Amino acid sequence: MKIDVDTSLCLLHGQCVIAAPTIFSFDDQGQLHWIVAADESLRADAEAAADACPEQAITIGA
Amino acid sequence: MGPRVTIIGASLAGLRSAEAVLAALPQARITLIGAEPHLPYNRPPLSKDGLSALVAAGGDPTDMKAVFCGLTLRHRLPEGAVDWRLGLRATAVDAARQHVLLSDGTTLGHDWLIAATGLRPRRLPFEGADDRRHVLRSFDDATRLAAALRPGVKLAIIGAGLIGCEMAGTTAALGCKVTLIEPQCQPMLAVLGPRVAAAMAQLHRARGVDLRCGLSVAGLLPDGLRLSDDSRVEADVILESAGSLPNVDWLSGTGIDLSDGILCDNTLSAIGNDRILAVGDVARFPNPLFGGSPRRVEHWGMAGLTARRAAETIAAREAGRAPGTTFAPLPGFWSDQHGLRLQGFGIPTIADETRLIEGDLAMPGTTPCIVEYRRDGRAVAVLGIAAPPAAMAAHRARLERALSETVPA
Repeated sequence: MKIDVDTSLCLLHGQCVIAAPTIFSFDDQGQLHWIVAADESLRADAEAAADACPEQAITIGA
Repeated sequence: MGPRVTIIGASLAGLRSAEAVLAALPQARITLIGAEPHLPYNRPPLSKDGLSALVAAGGDPTDMKAVFCGLTLRHRLPEGAVDWRLGLRATAVDAARQHVLLSDGTTLGHDWLIAATGLRPRRLPFEGADDRRHVLRSFDDATRLAAALRPGVKLAIIGAGLIGCEMAGTTAALGCKVTLIEPQCQPMLAVLGPRVAAAMAQLHRARGVDLRCGLSVAGLLPDGLRLSDDSRVEADVILESAGSLPNVDWLSGTGIDLSDGILCDNTLSAIGNDRILAVGDVARFPNPLFGGSPRRVEHWGMAGLTARRAAETIAAREAGRAPGTTFAPLPGFWSDQHGLRLQGFGIPTIADETRLIEGDLAMPGTTPCIVEYRRDGRAVAVLGIAAPPAAMAAHRARLERALSETVPA
């Protein structure tokens, strides 16, 4: 499963970090990091993160 | 054949409910009724950059359409999986026969009914001046308002809640002359508490907003407003942002308590009729994180969380099971004003004490501020003003742990 974050839309609300901490995290500088090629077992978490993003910046591919 | 699920309201909560029901019950036959002609779209930007984009579009149909496309909510509903009926309202429910009467005169039967009808703006109790008066809830409201805004326009905003304050920031940046009128002694007092509200008042004034607190509108004048102290405010455009009301009249006569939204139990089933569930802004439900008093939560994030919970409840009941573990969602909200991000978790409203954890509230915007809200000595909310997102995520986790300790097992 491919996870994409459109960083031009992302406003660092951090909702994805809350919804799916196994996939999304902030580093000490406040930059967002995420697993780009995540295991299929994390799909529900990834979808919850995409739903929680107020800017709709997260897309989940096959 | 799967159960018939009718969802009234095709905005964020209704859309997420359709997705969640279909994920839990792939055979469900879902009908989604929406009062607006538009596909579901994201409302928060309408008081922020979405409004600025509509003003910049200047009425150009192609540009306006592009703005709407940017707001349209993405979804995971397969083509044909849901019967969309847009431009229709529910007008009444026959609870005994399990059907809904729609505004086109037809009826629609259901096994489960999800109420996702959201809020409407509360209007000022005055007649007239309709061409100058605006509200901001829908895309069409925003389009009409944007057409009236340009640099130099005198805008009076009635009500300094989150939307009024966001609009003060957005329109001041557009060059409007903004007067923000609030009956309480500070802006956003109910949401932020007195200390933080006072800091935000200072910020709005520093950014050129004429903030007038402790005053209400006493009447409309040909060129503006008369306030409760008999002072006058010139206004070419009036925005009424003095709170909102739940859209629940269509459920009258069902025996459900509609005194403040739809009174539900923790499964989001309406008390008195468990075939009817409520999600989003209209759902008034007990949250064990905060002592179990039923409350409505008007935050964006609650739409998705309540939608999942309602779908779980329906799926469990269809399978003859009791719905799963307790629903204890931690509310979260954000607001963007004058380029500053406010981000909060928990319920600041119920606090009896605020404690500054970081920063200096005398100068909001110059340093990051983090405030903890307490009730009876325990944390009930945390709020950041221009605070680093990683710090806020950590504070949120800490708050959730602390609140969870109070939940009976």
